Amino acid sequence: MADAHNAFVTEETIEGADSGPLAGATVAVKDNISTEGVRTTCGSEMLAEYVPPYDATVVSRLTDAGATIVGKTNMDEFGMGTTTETSAFGATTNPVDEERVPGGSSGGSAAAVAAGDADYALGSDTGGSVRCPAAFCGVVGIKPTYGLVSRYGLVAYANSLEQIGPLAPTVEGAAELLDVIAGPDEHDATTRDAGAGSDYAAAANGDVDGLTVGVPTELVEGADDEVRAVFEDALDAYRDAGAEIEEVSLPSVEYGVAAYYVIAMSEASSNLARFDGVRYGESGGFEGNWNESFAETRAENLGDEVKRRILLGTYALSAGYHDKYYKQAQEARAWVRQDFEGAFEDVDVLATPTMPVLPPKLGESVDDPLQMYLMDANTVPVNLANLPAISVPAGESSEGLPVGLQLVGPTFGEETIIDAAALLG
Amino acid sequence: MSTQAATEDLAAVIGLEVHVQLETDTKIFCGCSTDAADAEPNTHTCPTCLGLPGALPVLNEGAVEAAVRLGKALHADIPERTTFHRKNYFYPDLPKGFQLTQYDAPICQDGELEVRVEDRRRDIGITRAHLEEDPGSLQHVGGSIDTADYTKVDYNRAGTPLVEIVTEPDFRSPDETRAFLAKLEEVLEYLGIYDAERDGSLRVDANISMVSADDLAGEVDDAVLAEANRTEVKNISSHKGAQQALAYEVTRQRNAIQRGREVEQETRHWDESRGITVSMRSKEAEKDYRYFEEADLPPLEVSDWKERLEIPELPDARRERFREEYDLSEEAASKLTSTKEVADFFEEIAREYDPDLAATWVADNLLGELNYRDMAVTDLEGRFDEFTRLVELVAEDEITEKNAREVVLRGMLDEGETPDDIVEAEDLGKTSGDEVQAAVEAAIAENPDAVADYEDGDEGAINFLVGQVMQKTGGSADPGQVNGLLREELDE
Ligand SMILES: [Zn+2]
Repeated sequence: MADAHNAFVTEETIEGADSGPLAGATVAVKDNISTEGVRTTCGSEMLAEYVPPYDATVVSRLTDAGATIVGKTNMDEFGMGTTTETSAFGATTNPVDEERVPGGSSGGSAAAVAAGDADYALGSDTGGSVRCPAAFCGVVGIKPTYGLVSRYGLVAYANSLEQIGPLAPTVEGAAELLDVIAGPDEHDATTRDAGAGSDYAAAANGDVDGLTVGVPTELVEGADDEVRAVFEDALDAYRDAGAEIEEVSLPSVEYGVAAYYVIAMSEASSNLARFDGVRYGESGGFEGNWNESFAETRAENLGDEVKRRILLGTYALSAGYHDKYYKQAQEARAWVRQDFEGAFEDVDVLATPTMPVLPPKLGESVDDPLQMYLMDANTVPVNLANLPAISVPAGESSEGLPVGLQLVGPTFGEETIIDAAALLG
Repeated sequence: MSTQAATEDLAAVIGLEVHVQLETDTKIFCGCSTDAADAEPNTHTCPTCLGLPGALPVLNEGAVEAAVRLGKALHADIPERTTFHRKNYFYPDLPKGFQLTQYDAPICQDGELEVRVEDRRRDIGITRAHLEEDPGSLQHVGGSIDTADYTKVDYNRAGTPLVEIVTEPDFRSPDETRAFLAKLEEVLEYLGIYDAERDGSLRVDANISMVSADDLAGEVDDAVLAEANRTEVKNISSHKGAQQALAYEVTRQRNAIQRGREVEQETRHWDESRGITVSMRSKEAEKDYRYFEEADLPPLEVSDWKERLEIPELPDARRERFREEYDLSEEAASKLTSTKEVADFFEEIAREYDPDLAATWVADNLLGELNYRDMAVTDLEGRFDEFTRLVELVAEDEITEKNAREVVLRGMLDEGETPDDIVEAEDLGKTSGDEVQAAVEAAIAENPDAVADYEDGDEGAINFLVGQVMQKTGGSADPGQVNGLLREELDE
């Protein structure tokens, strides 16, 4: 298989069971999801040689269901990016437009599905990392409710925020994959019984008659005109199918990006501490004591964006700054959660553009981290609130670039958003 | 401590931090066995305790139960829910770059433990006790930590459940710390959550400050403690070690102060082989561990666990009951409650036989002989039935006390044989009544002079006759019984 878009870090086949709901289907797996015997790099030099001795729970569920895994997909290093350009294995290009990024951090997974290199893919979504590339590559991506899918084997970036989620060409396909991976796992204490014996695929009907769709004004106003136009057309389609569209306000989301990055970076600073050269990365040959050796290994084996986030996260947790940053961010998170809860008292789902912008050109956004962080404005509040969301292709820009619609549901409301999204795809 | 104190009486103020390995089958956050004493390095490991990328912790509720039981024994408060935090620091024995521990919701808070030192009762306040995971262990090759050629890491120990018990600064002497630690171990053993035999099962850090004795009248003033320079002594691994290390520190600090020198605020390392403390690093900046809550471990509701979980009768209560119920001396009651195994064993025997006999046999004979051999009751595991049989032989008058003690018990401990085998092999079975009677009659017939002396009122003569009978029966007759039989014959 020619990997025209650099969607894969490692192309290697892992055969699944002979029969099962995914028999005959191919799945591409993001390279931060552990595969026994197949290297799992997280897009980092630090883990370039790391071969896990165990399978992530989702990987066993895929192979038990008969799926064939075709390879490990490229990603922003440790999931830290929105464009898949921070990978140590080179950028992935967008199959829709070679000059543009596929989004991130699960850019390889979205590109593999968009290019037809795999029937389905798994990504992980910490602040939009499934939904963003789904939107930019014109495919469907689901970020499940926190606790619906086991994270056992998912290399942590920000463990209180992230979930593994499916990508597929259609809503029904994504729902089929979600049915296979959802449900409690004894290896992940944060999983819940919801999702056991689910049949999300059966819910993908596009039946929105009588559905109330809330539109948070704060998350639409900042979007590009072209994105907004496609979004408004999509809302019309919902109206035409019998849904009621209502404006709602989520004042807390103004603090979403700031709170998200403080929490994600703080957790990352701790989650990535184990990569110290003792067991991963280049080791030995350094002068000095252990601490100096750890620092050398980390300086050489981690990329700039990862180091930036580790440093900022370490700072946010430090004595004297903990209350000002980490604690404040947790308070903002609680507020965001409350805001969403309040909104779902009045509406069934919330709709926003998945990304406020069209896919940028390669190299356009990497030098301005703040601009890159702001691209996540519509996706990160969902992770802060632990809610389920889906990105479904809503149409195209004048240049033919895909625009995604994000539908957000209440806790464990996967069926509702899958049903509603199926109207478009 | 200011130097003007040199002329005053000085007193020690000591607090302890005690790390105890909890005796659970599996580690605190994974299913690996904790029993790795003789295992090859890194064989009792899995993705979770190795801290492999993507692996997640799942709380072993058995460890939480053990800690709640301890909390109950320490009369501590148990929170509504228990949470875990990450303590972030780099060290090669720490597989994840952070340790999972408890921060603002420790499993036990505000407890106390009563200890006795030379008849003085002291209530030692327990500030908190929290659960955490043990790191791995390091082996430095070709030198010490600073000079080694390289260092090997073994993660078998990583993830062993620990409870860290922090006391108030309530100790006023090294003796008190020893008594406290001995008592704590006793309680932990009674609770069945501790194995003293395991290497590294008890690790103690001590904080010691010398203050003016006048300042110690009544409650200790926090301000006094804040002003006194505190020394932290690490690497203590037994109650005896605590007493020795702290006695050394008291002397060292008292000497320094009396010579007008300042006691530095520092961390010192107890070198048990040399019997001294050594300065590790002085005035180290306080570490910033960047604690934050672990999202991978949802809070566990434990509000009703204290009621739900039973704990056995604890040593103090049992000692008191033994004294009353079996009418034992304080010394005997203490010996018989020194471990739960001994106490349980005594009660088992006392139920069937005379409690006095049971007490003598367990407290004096058995523990005495074990002690002489540097053995513990646990070394007899699986052989309690044999010992019960020995007591039965004595109680049923089938062998003499002397033979039971000197031949049978010693043979059991030294040769590992059963009491019945020893009795048979050594022919210790008591001579039957007829044989003794015949021997008595023969002794009287053969020793008319002694009989005459007895009849003349010479009590000493009876002892001679008893000796004769014992000789004839090969020592297997009971001397008291022989004495009675002789008098019966002679007084007729
Ligand atoms: Zn383990």
